[in-house]
Amino acid sequence: MSAIGRSLKRLEDRPLLTGEGRFAADNRADGQVHMRIVRSPIAFGRILAIETEDAKSLPGVIAVWTAADIADLPPIDFRMTRIAGLEPYRQHVLARDYVRYVGDPVVAVFAEDPYTAEDAAELVFCDIEEETPCLDATADPVGFMPERDPALLSEPAVITKSYGDMEAAFAGAAAVIEMELKVGRHTGVPLEARGALAVHDPETGVLTMYGAAKVPHYNRDSIARMLGLKPEQVRLSEGHVGGGFGIRGELYPEDVLVCAAAHRLGVPVKWVEDRREHLMAANHSRDQVHRLKAAVDANGFVRGLVDTFYTDQGGYVRTHGGTVSDLAAALLPGPYLIPAYHVEGHIRLTNKTPSGTYRAPGRYETTFVRERLMDAIAARLGLDPMEVRRVNLIPEDRMPFDRGIEALGTHVLYDSGKYHDLLDRTLARIGYPDLKADFARRRATGEAVGLGIAFFVEKSGLGPHDLVTMSVQSDDTIEIITGAASVGQGIETVMAQICSDVLGVPIERIRVIHGQTDRISIGFGAFASRVTVMTGSAVKMASEALKEKAIALAAPLLQADIGALTLEMGRVVSRDSGATIGLAEIAAQSGEDLDAEGLFRADHMNYPYGIHVAQVRVDEALCGIHVERYLVAYDVGRAINPMLIEGQIVGAAAQGIGGALLEEFVYSEEGQPLATSFADYLMPTCHEMPPVEVLLREDAPSPQNPLGVKGAGEGGITAVGAAIAAAVDDALGRPGLITSLPIAPSRLHTLLRR
Amino acid sequence: MANKHDITLTVNGKDYSLTVEPRRTLADALRDDCGLTGTHLGCEHGVCGACTVLVDDKPVRSCLMFAVQAEGRAVRTVEGLAKGDVLHPLQKAFWENHGLQCGFCTPGFLMLAAGALEADPDLSEEEIRDILSSNLCRCTGYQNIIKSVCLAANEMRACPPSADR
Ligand code: FES
Ligand code: FES
Repeated sequence: MSAIGRSLKRLEDRPLLTGEGRFAADNRADGQVHMRIVRSPIAFGRILAIETEDAKSLPGVIAVWTAADIADLPPIDFRMTRIAGLEPYRQHVLARDYVRYVGDPVVAVFAEDPYTAEDAAELVFCDIEEETPCLDATADPVGFMPERDPALLSEPAVITKSYGDMEAAFAGAAAVIEMELKVGRHTGVPLEARGALAVHDPETGVLTMYGAAKVPHYNRDSIARMLGLKPEQVRLSEGHVGGGFGIRGELYPEDVLVCAAAHRLGVPVKWVEDRREHLMAANHSRDQVHRLKAAVDANGFVRGLVDTFYTDQGGYVRTHGGTVSDLAAALLPGPYLIPAYHVEGHIRLTNKTPSGTYRAPGRYETTFVRERLMDAIAARLGLDPMEVRRVNLIPEDRMPFDRGIEALGTHVLYDSGKYHDLLDRTLARIGYPDLKADFARRRATGEAVGLGIAFFVEKSGLGPHDLVTMSVQSDDTIEIITGAASVGQGIETVMAQICSDVLGVPIERIRVIHGQTDRISIGFGAFASRVTVMTGSAVKMASEALKEKAIALAAPLLQADIGALTLEMGRVVSRDSGATIGLAEIAAQSGEDLDAEGLFRADHMNYPYGIHVAQVRVDEALCGIHVERYLVAYDVGRAINPMLIEGQIVGAAAQGIGGALLEEFVYSEEGQPLATSFADYLMPTCHEMPPVEVLLREDAPSPQNPLGVKGAGEGGITAVGAAIAAAVDDALGRPGLITSLPIAPSRLHTLLRR
Repeated sequence: MANKHDITLTVNGKDYSLTVEPRRTLADALRDDCGLTGTHLGCEHGVCGACTVLVDDKPVRSCLMFAVQAEGRAVRTVEGLAKGDVLHPLQKAFWENHGLQCGFCTPGFLMLAAGALEADPDLSEEEIRDILSSNLCRCTGYQNIIKSVCLAANEMRACPPSADR
């Protein structure tokens, strides 16, 4: 029976269930010292002096560093989407001259134990001359560090993309619709905060950082470059990782500091962040304002769309460079034809925590924007919102569909999709006509219930390539080594299933090693729903190569022709004699290593797509929004492990509901973050979660990889904001009411009383 | 903070002699002094529940309790949940129903549910949901956690894990 398509239990679970997981804070080394970061208490200002004497004199303190102590360390460079002009906005690992957000690292304290490190950090005094912070990304650009570089303004770049004849689109349009829409500041908030342990081995000269995540190879190279070491002198090692969601594993100042300190102080250095630090220091995301203008015809068909948007990038431009803005600009049109499009994305620096990606970056925001537009068109023209979508959807016979613009430097080419078909299936699944009748009954009794629907196109499988090595061990297990990373999504199981599908070996006999830079030369890590597509395809190729090699080596052993041999259940079988031989035996008897390699390349991303449906009831007196029912319809091309995919979708939907209703980083007028604990950054608990139904489809396999798969990590979040906003409008009978997320009770209260 | 106290912590039936500052949290003592890192810290301010352990059979947030306060009481952590190689019904149910992804919140949920079901084996699904709402999970969306706990509750009613602790 094929191992693909089955909801097998995860290989990774046993240690996690018994307390044997090894997360970042669980690493320890003899003689380790602890790092504590002193962070800027104010949003924007010039550093005049830093007093560290009291901290240094506390017993147990080993060292106290300011920027002057590590003046030779360059700023942290970009990993993705390098755009000309971004360089001066990079962050140094400790603030120089200026602080640019509350939480900006200013001093690093090293002490024998973590309690002492915190005590010492309290004794550091930073004399900072406050300047007026900029907290509005739509305001005119201001000076980045006025005294140091008067000409440098807070707008590093503007991304523009366009295609089609805009003039023609607007000429003779039946209606022109203009809107301003805003998505609040959210972030991934993995339940494990960040942490790292760096150990320098003087004998081998190798510096190892434990607690790596997401992109170990890239981070190894960057750390090596920053510290002036060779890549082979730096090793990154990933253990268990408590959730990623786009945010974890980017190269942050603290990662570089522990490595630099272990190298220079000659002792192992450990850093474990507390939650308050996490909420003000790790990447935020979202926080976009869009101003759009659309020309539509009488059927609701969008003839042209012009959008100007502003991304609040926070205090510095971090490793992602312009990624979020670039993706937003390229993927805003989503599943619709939109023959003319022009977008201008302003990347703006403010005095808030720097921003990066968060699950479905640029798509959560633009799906909200685009689907709000669809609802506005329906309201303006008096059409059914489903019909408006239907006339705009790209028809199946236009696939593959060339969007005519680029995203992340590769051409946007929708590989496959049956959009209308999925819409029909979704409406059938929810029983749309019956539901409307039911709503009518409930509304007659005074209940405010409503339905919202939102269509989206995701992207996944970012290249350029991925390498996997595989070998049969003497105990007849198979070891797969990959440069991918695990952030808890189940990649060991999924990779084992793909391998098992080819070799017939049960997944329990397959071990997957990931996130270890010393075990494999190339690795791209885990982000952007790429692992199943890229690494999975490489596993398939390696498995097939291994199978071929096993048969070739077995032929003389079984005294058979290669053509007469097959591989069944992990054994080579001779069709003629019925003789069989196991993989480990083949290696032992032939005296050769039974191993193989798979390198998969992809020039284009692929584009899974789906629909979210939200049913909500609004309590107008309390301004509470109850999500009664939630459905995600999603076409992943091919499902390796449906249970894990549903788990990804439901988990992502919970984060989306958080972003739609609860979560937001808010700041005071002085730029003080007002959400620095779990008491103020509110995430859904199981009380807020509705039952989530998943309609998982495999209608449009990707022609771009041997498995036909498309990524599944993000589609569960992409359209939540859009669907819930539409449902709230519908429940209240006020089309166009919701123009920003989250729809917190206070915001709804204001809207309802307007 | 020189004044330190000698205490004995009894964890999973085993005694640990420790010397701790009065301000040392139970969570830090368990993790760093007893070497039992299965108990996780997600917030250190009492909201997430990742650090939940049982103290005298009641779920407690170990980040909000000082180690010195736990002296003389029976502490149970996730490391003590399975009987040797045999997983607790809750652990089995989480595994079979995909009740965990990254697994970071898992020990806290397991201990919370274990404490709740030992106190009242007949909890309804609504009551279970209500109790579980005190812990945060950022990965699963809770659906499979609730399902796992409900299924384990059924099994534990049918054949209680054993009273010998
Ligand atoms: S770590 Fe104790 S409640 Fe979060
Ligand atoms: S499984 Fe990751 S936080 Fe719950």
